[in-house]
Amino acid sequence: MRHGKYPFVIGFLAAPVTIYVVFVIAPYAQAFYMALTNWRGLSPGQFIGLENFTRLFQDDVFWKALQHHGILLLALPLVTIIIALFLAFMLNVGGGSKQGIMTGVWGSKFYRVVFFLPQVLAVAILGVLFQSVYRPDGSGMINSLVTKIGLEPIGFLINPDLALWSIIAVLVWQAVGFYVVLFSAGMSNIPKDIYEAAMLDGATRMSMFFRVTLPLLWDTLQVAWVYLGIAAFDAFAIVQTLTVDQGGPDGSTTVIGMEIYRNAFTYSKYGYASAMGVALFFLTITFAALSLRVSRRESVEM
Amino acid sequence: MSDNDLTRRTLLRRTAAAGLMATPAMGLLSACVTGGGEDEPANQAEGEKNAENPLGVDGNAPLEVVIFNGGYGEKYATDVHEPLYKAKFPNAQIKHSATQEIATTLQPRFAGGTPPDFVNNSGTKYMDFGTLIQDGQLQDLTELFAAPSVDDAAKKVSDTLVAGTVESGTYNGKPYVLNYVFTVYGLWYSEKLFKDKGWTVPATWTDFTKLLDTIKAAGITPYAYAGKNAPYYQYLVILTSAAKIGGPDILKNIDNLADGAWTAPAVKTAAQQWAEIGAKYMDKADEGLIHTEVQLKQNQGKVAFYPSGSWLEAEQSASTPEGFNYAVMPVPAADGATLPTGLYATAGEPYFVSAKGANPRGGMEYMRQMLSSKGAKGFIELNKSLTAVAGAEEGIQLSPGLTSASAVLKAAGPGVFSYRFDSWYKELDTELRTATNALMFGRENADQFCERMQKKADAIKADSSITKFTR
Repeated sequence: MRHGKYPFVIGFLAAPVTIYVVFVIAPYAQAFYMALTNWRGLSPGQFIGLENFTRLFQDDVFWKALQHHGILLLALPLVTIIIALFLAFMLNVGGGSKQGIMTGVWGSKFYRVVFFLPQVLAVAILGVLFQSVYRPDGSGMINSLVTKIGLEPIGFLINPDLALWSIIAVLVWQAVGFYVVLFSAGMSNIPKDIYEAAMLDGATRMSMFFRVTLPLLWDTLQVAWVYLGIAAFDAFAIVQTLTVDQGGPDGSTTVIGMEIYRNAFTYSKYGYASAMGVALFFLTITFAALSLRVSRRESVEM
Repeated sequence: MSDNDLTRRTLLRRTAAAGLMATPAMGLLSACVTGGGEDEPANQAEGEKNAENPLGVDGNAPLEVVIFNGGYGEKYATDVHEPLYKAKFPNAQIKHSATQEIATTLQPRFAGGTPPDFVNNSGTKYMDFGTLIQDGQLQDLTELFAAPSVDDAAKKVSDTLVAGTVESGTYNGKPYVLNYVFTVYGLWYSEKLFKDKGWTVPATWTDFTKLLDTIKAAGITPYAYAGKNAPYYQYLVILTSAAKIGGPDILKNIDNLADGAWTAPAVKTAAQQWAEIGAKYMDKADEGLIHTEVQLKQNQGKVAFYPSGSWLEAEQSASTPEGFNYAVMPVPAADGATLPTGLYATAGEPYFVSAKGANPRGGMEYMRQMLSSKGAKGFIELNKSLTAVAGAEEGIQLSPGLTSASAVLKAAGPGVFSYRFDSWYKELDTELRTATNALMFGRENADQFCERMQKKADAIKADSSITKFTR
């Protein structure tokens, strides 16, 4: 295979690399340039240097959105990973040992499908679905139950203190299934005899989880954390479709994506919107790099 | 101006737009720009001017028409206006399309230098007029309004229109936009429900609140608007009240970003009064509902008053029960108001011709046909809405809601007013939507409302990157 190696490699790489450069790298570069202009969506704007960024750092709405991302960044990965870990553990080793083989709880194959279902739904459909789940009067899915037992309906999306948490709940609901599958795959890589040895030593499920499963699953957890963190910087589609007045009430659910959309498509401030996009890009990159570094640790030898 | 509702279809499209949002996509958009840019099309179609063809249309040139598919649908274009154009120029190909997302669909084409000739720039996602004008994208319509009208060659087109129509589309001195539909705003109710219950339409604020008490006692929500996507219906009501208390100059000052326009006593009083209505007579849950959901409640007899414009009847025709009979009452004025019979009414539903399109003369001729009595009558019959063509509704059997609207309009006489800040400064519109929900659902009081709006207006005034307009 020595002969003609380079033409072969180049021949295979040329097309994908070209496509990548044209459709990913070049637009990024252009967006970075646009962030330095006052382009309003029609004829090319003028170069205004860092003015958009100065404006951005004085923009209350931007800081508010950033604050929401902070909350999302803490809550979304944490809650999702805890729930997904618990479910995955129950599905894989929660049932105890049967004829020397660790099994999941009864019906775990069925649950696996059920948990994964939300992942299959498009975000737009999720929006429509949760509109009726969260509907604030007696005809909402949750509120029809709440009013039936004689309580006041809950204003999931119209109470500014509650709205962001309602959004987070939807995001968690959607994400959990995927991470259950991911963690299940990770757990199935853990040799069964480790569990059995632990069980012979009289370990409880709890200590098996914390001393065996968790350490051996660390790499997968790390990936999950970074993915969910990046997801926490998005949340645009759900906010756009579900919330009052798109990001309301009183801006209590707005996210950077929402503000980019508003500035670009409502105010025709494409330059400013690009500056927000660039800020978001660096935030996400910084987060990913930081969390990979912080969570780095020696992988366990088996 | 009518609101497009959040159907599954628009939702999917919005998500597609969300995909557009990622940073690289912004770059792709700009890529179109560098490709097209400013250069005018080399050849714009032009024919010979004569009495039959006053705008000099090239009868062989194709014409591209884009309609906003909202409250008025697209049937009036395909069934009335396009055949009129086609009858005059049988060789002209008409390329018709309709969309619910004007900006998302058309922005790249304007940026790329291949805009459609004629656009109905409406809906919640319309393209910003200020930007379009600044960029020289809109055809100056002076020639159209000065041309002889289709029905009477002795009359100019502008002479056939309801007074104020041309002005409503004029930006810094030039007419760029044709506002075709004449809309009356007020509080809508079911005539049948009121008759059955023996309620009479209130004339004063005291009567109004008294009636709301009666309605509440009858177990019906007295007053409602959809907070999720239509708070602007309610801010129109608050500002109408303010204009009635302090005169229409209140609105003019707001439009012109005058100092202290929002903290004027009339605005404060109006905000106070409506905040009380919100606290006493509204259902908190309505903040989380969309226009059609609240409307459905009114159609089911669970809501008495709903603020909206005269397109409402036509828009709701499919879900309104038989004999519901929409009727409108003017926004009630505070006792002792300076303009008790005032009414918010204006020519709305904007159309424009692209200055950089291939066939701007054809676009203007299309407008001239729309403004003929045939064109207007066809629209009225299909959409149960009044047009900007004066008296075009004569001889047409009007629906109950429209009859009521034209009666209210007649009663208002010269006391008709409107504002324009909502299309001039969209940042102000966004802020007012948020502030209105906060006021009506009891999170902020009238003082906070006025101060918040004044602060935003001042910020816009100080922002050199925003194009300013005055009237």
